[in-house]
Amino acid sequence: MLRFLIRRTLAAAVILMIISAVTFLLFYAIPADPARLACGKVCPPETLAQARHNLGIDKPLMVQFVSWVVAIFVGRDYEGLGHCPAPCLGYSFVNRQPVFDTIIDRLPATLALTVGAAVIFLLFGVATGVIAALRQGKALDKIASVSSLIGASVQIYFVGTLLMYFFVYQLHVFAQPKYIPITEDPVGWFSGLLLPWIVLAIIFTANYTRMTRSTMVETLSEDYVRTARAKGMSGASVVLRFALRGTLTPIVTIFGVDLGTLIGGAIITETTFGLQGLGRLSLNAVNNSDLPLLMAVVLVAAAAIVVMNVVVDALYAVIDPRVRLS
Amino acid sequence: MYLEVNELTVDFHTEDGVVHAVDGLSFGIERGTTLGIVGESGSGKSVTNLAVLGLHNPETAKISGSIMFDGQQLLGAPRSTMEKLRGNKIAMIFQDPLTSLSPYHTVGAQIAEVYRKHRGVSKSVARDRAIEMLDRVGIPQPKIRVDDYPHQFSGGMRQRAMIAMALVCDPGLLIADEPTTALDVTVQAQILDLLRELQEQTGTAIILITHDLGVVAQTAHDVLVMYAGRAVERGTMPEVLREPRHPYTWGLLGSMPTLNRPVDLPLHPVRGTPPSLINVPSGCPFHPRCDYMKLLGPEVCKGERPELAPHRGHGDACYLSPSQKAELRARPAEETK
Repeated sequence: MLRFLIRRTLAAAVILMIISAVTFLLFYAIPADPARLACGKVCPPETLAQARHNLGIDKPLMVQFVSWVVAIFVGRDYEGLGHCPAPCLGYSFVNRQPVFDTIIDRLPATLALTVGAAVIFLLFGVATGVIAALRQGKALDKIASVSSLIGASVQIYFVGTLLMYFFVYQLHVFAQPKYIPITEDPVGWFSGLLLPWIVLAIIFTANYTRMTRSTMVETLSEDYVRTARAKGMSGASVVLRFALRGTLTPIVTIFGVDLGTLIGGAIITETTFGLQGLGRLSLNAVNNSDLPLLMAVVLVAAAAIVVMNVVVDALYAVIDPRVRLS
Repeated sequence: MYLEVNELTVDFHTEDGVVHAVDGLSFGIERGTTLGIVGESGSGKSVTNLAVLGLHNPETAKISGSIMFDGQQLLGAPRSTMEKLRGNKIAMIFQDPLTSLSPYHTVGAQIAEVYRKHRGVSKSVARDRAIEMLDRVGIPQPKIRVDDYPHQFSGGMRQRAMIAMALVCDPGLLIADEPTTALDVTVQAQILDLLRELQEQTGTAIILITHDLGVVAQTAHDVLVMYAGRAVERGTMPEVLREPRHPYTWGLLGSMPTLNRPVDLPLHPVRGTPPSLINVPSGCPFHPRCDYMKLLGPEVCKGERPELAPHRGHGDACYLSPSQKAELRARPAEETK
């Protein structure tokens, strides 16, 4: 287990480095000049050169990238902005704030949004999937497949806007979506995120219902499930202890991918509900050609996916004793 | 009779039509004896025994007849009654021990949970019992192996663990569904020996389901030959081996290699394939594959369905007269000499 974790962590570092390098190169490949944006409408060449120098983009690409990487581990001194302690992700080109602080400031909103929604869609999806599998071909099963098909087909900006219109502005059932830190006001935190959670859950539950149903149907016909029944195990125990265990692996797989992707950027959800999370931040970074901020959000998004992958692989071994980590 | 099955019929309603998996089957078994049920795949052996345990899905399987176990009617018994019997009074072991054991739980846990469920004992008592059972079925170092997962066991050990699990509550009836089919030949003999040994110790009645007459010949006291969901021959093992009466049984015996048979003498497989259970042939279901239909004429074999004589003892469901059978039996015997 320990060897597995060490190896995977090293591999993850390499992957993150490659992703960062590609992002860095892509940024310079697009025809947008952050210096020109910083310089203003009327921009004499000297001022532009000065702006370039101030942003640190006048140096060779390789030097820029290496100093960006080094800064993460040891910090870096910026002319006119002072020392940026490790882990240093640089200063924003736009507001000259430390990027690391901005990320830390926005991360809780995204985490609260995605983890909260993930708990709902995981539990609800698995539960409906199990019920559908046990009621194969019955009304409940059909309702579950139709609603999951609808859920899988709609988009966040459609359902989100629709629900906002009816439940927030017309019926006033839900509070206006917003993020309030849980430490400040737990009730406000909950009510502000409830609608975004529900909307994300509507979209994602479908996948889990279908996946759980199909795997469960398969597992229920396994020999060992028959053995459990032949031993006199009660129906509920057969389903929960034996059959469900066999359906967990694919569910954990897609859950890890979904959670990683969502943490990396629920851009559309955050935009639909006006939540200030990482997704909005990445959108701003791209629009403003804010290289340090962009590098940082990409790094966080990639790290979320890489970490979730390692967690998923480790969970395989916990779920299924036949899996050996190597 | 400890278990008495009467006129058992199991139909499955499928999209293609009604599958008559078992049709009017009757048999019985006494305590401490072994009944071999022999037949090809799809002859209704397993379906019959799953019906005894009540493991069929009531929505797809229509079951009628009577299954009396120790004076209790099992057909139509409430689910709670069946759950108390399964694994406790009636236990079952299956063909492939690898897929039949849960890969997610240790061997010990799977044995212990049966004991806990039916005896209501504590975890540690059940664990000790699991170790004791593993020891009894011949697993070396049972105190260590109790915490292994099935994939850490060899094929033969897995089947031993299955047997330990089935016998943990001292069941009166053990149903063994092709218990040796998935195993190596050397291991097969060990498993059959083990079953016989445990039966001597506990007096458990065993129903041994197999397609292999050789397996039954070694182990069973009585034998029931099934074809297309019906019994075609029944008798004690020596009776059926010495004087098989049904052409299908002849076929089974003729397709079985034995040590005292000349090597150059070809085996005689039963020609053709088992019939569809949706459109079972009229009359004797074996007639399309039977070599002796020309003796009696198709109108006889396709006519009224031959019934197994209702009285106990050696009986068969064939139109041939005893003298005809004796004559026909003499012929392949000459061939062997």
